Amino acid sequence: MITSTHYLVLGGLLALIGTLGVLTRRNVVVILMSIELILNAANLNLVAFARELNQIQGQVFAVFVIAIAVAEASVGLGILIALFRNKETVDAGEIDLLKW
Amino acid sequence: MPVSFPAGVEYLRILPEIILTLAGVLIMLLEAVWSDQRRTVFAPISLAALAAALWAAMASSYGPAFSSMLAIGGSATFFRALVIVVGLLAVLASSEYLTRERANGAEYYALILFSVVGQCVMVAANDLLMVFVGLEIASIASYVLAGYLRDDPRNNEAALKYFLLGSFATAFLLYGVAWMYGLTGSTNLSIIREVLLSSGAPSLGLTGVAAALIFVGLAFKISAAPFQIWAPDVYQGAPAPVSAFLSAGPKAAAFAVLVIFMVHFGATAEQLQPVLWACALASMVIGNFAAIQQSNIKRLLAYSSIAHAGYVLVAVTANSEIGAAAVMFYMAAYALTNIGAFAVVTHVARKGERFVSMSDFAGLSRRQPAMAAMLALFLLSLIGVPLTGGFFGKFYIFKAALDSHLVWLTVLGLLNSAVAAYYYLRVLVLMYFHEPGEGAEELPAAGASLQIAVYACAIGTLVLGILPDWVLDYASKAALK
Repeated sequence: MITSTHYLVLGGLLALIGTLGVLTRRNVVVILMSIELILNAANLNLVAFARELNQIQGQVFAVFVIAIAVAEASVGLGILIALFRNKETVDAGEIDLLKW
Repeated sequence: MPVSFPAGVEYLRILPEIILTLAGVLIMLLEAVWSDQRRTVFAPISLAALAAALWAAMASSYGPAFSSMLAIGGSATFFRALVIVVGLLAVLASSEYLTRERANGAEYYALILFSVVGQCVMVAANDLLMVFVGLEIASIASYVLAGYLRDDPRNNEAALKYFLLGSFATAFLLYGVAWMYGLTGSTNLSIIREVLLSSGAPSLGLTGVAAALIFVGLAFKISAAPFQIWAPDVYQGAPAPVSAFLSAGPKAAAFAVLVIFMVHFGATAEQLQPVLWACALASMVIGNFAAIQQSNIKRLLAYSSIAHAGYVLVAVTANSEIGAAAVMFYMAAYALTNIGAFAVVTHVARKGERFVSMSDFAGLSRRQPAMAAMLALFLLSLIGVPLTGGFFGKFYIFKAALDSHLVWLTVLGLLNSAVAAYYYLRVLVLMYFHEPGEGAEELPAAGASLQIAVYACAIGTLVLGILPDWVLDYASKAALK
């Protein structure tokens, strides 16, 4: 039997992996993917809590999060493409024109 | 469950957001169908929309809207008016800059309007969902604004750093929000407050962790230490008028949300007081001591804004009604002062922002006496000299801190403001007692709209400094609700 705790643990692990990814990886695309992982960890939590509490709010919240995450990712990739045109790199370590 | 539609008065309560959204969409439509010669009308359209929204925000009645997703009260009205005024001033300060950089696009104005909409939703939020949605609307628009001149590598880099760290922080906030929802069983802040107050409240430890995650997300937005790392790079790399906007609007909105959370999370928020204490002190120390070593004026203002976030956090730490009123007053004074200072920098920087180092301000009093005098006024207000808004702002903050028995934080904060005086005065001395450098170009007079922005900020700073009661009375009444 899979209980809500299983989902919450999985969510916690995803959030942890995402955080580690943001902090350790240098490729901007991978950093973006790691941020998406944390957002999805939150989504998983929201949906699990909604089931546990027998409510609809959590699921509606998750739908909002999915929509906003898409908007955010598209803006992020747009910014990355603008940067790639000028600098031809996606390595966060080489983006050092301003003191990091 | 019966479906209930919002009453007419609820639409009136979100009229500012409706006006701004429609104007933003209209501007983008017009951009697509109009020829290039008519581009000059976008600034007036956005100014008109912001002015209408300001009126709607001031005239709005108090009460909940849309099934209590939003709650318009005194504080929300104050902050909505503030972020709309910030938008107005940013548009006024931008149009000359954009013409100079040959980037007078409609999307710039639309993005400013959308960002202001997001901030308005944030400050009026009464539901975790609205906080998140408003924060994201405001942030996504400002990520694009930071990289608006997309051929300039400095802009690209600023936008990317702002985006990566900003969305990382919002992800944390969201994870915290998800836990808060699960622990309290609701996303509505009023219900969360009741649940946390009632005897059947969930354990303080877990809600404390959730509140801490939410605080991390907001601390990024207000650029409080240890989450301040993006601010100097973004304020330096972004176009100067955008830096003006970013350093005032989103920050005021995030502080408004922080105060809302302090009120609604009750005992859970009090647990975080030591964390807030440490963040306030760290922001003041890091901001002020790093600012001393800067040679770029935009970077200096960025570090100074970190320090100012620290001062306001002192008032948040006080966690009292006086503290909430002090936050409102200080954000108003700080927003006007900082936009004014960045507007003068916008003017002196010239095309391509070549003149943004401290030495470029040497002898400014001779090259452009009026602008130098205005910048001097703004710097004095940032120091907190009497007769400027900054003085009363600091006064009320430290008074609130003392009333809440935060003696050490007050002492350390006052010492910090003394340190801060050093680097602000250094710019003043350069402007008034040094000769202009060799490579100094002839500075043309500032355009009318930029002058309006600078003088409006100056008048606002002086009014807040000479007649603080007007704003403070309103803020204290608003904080009670």
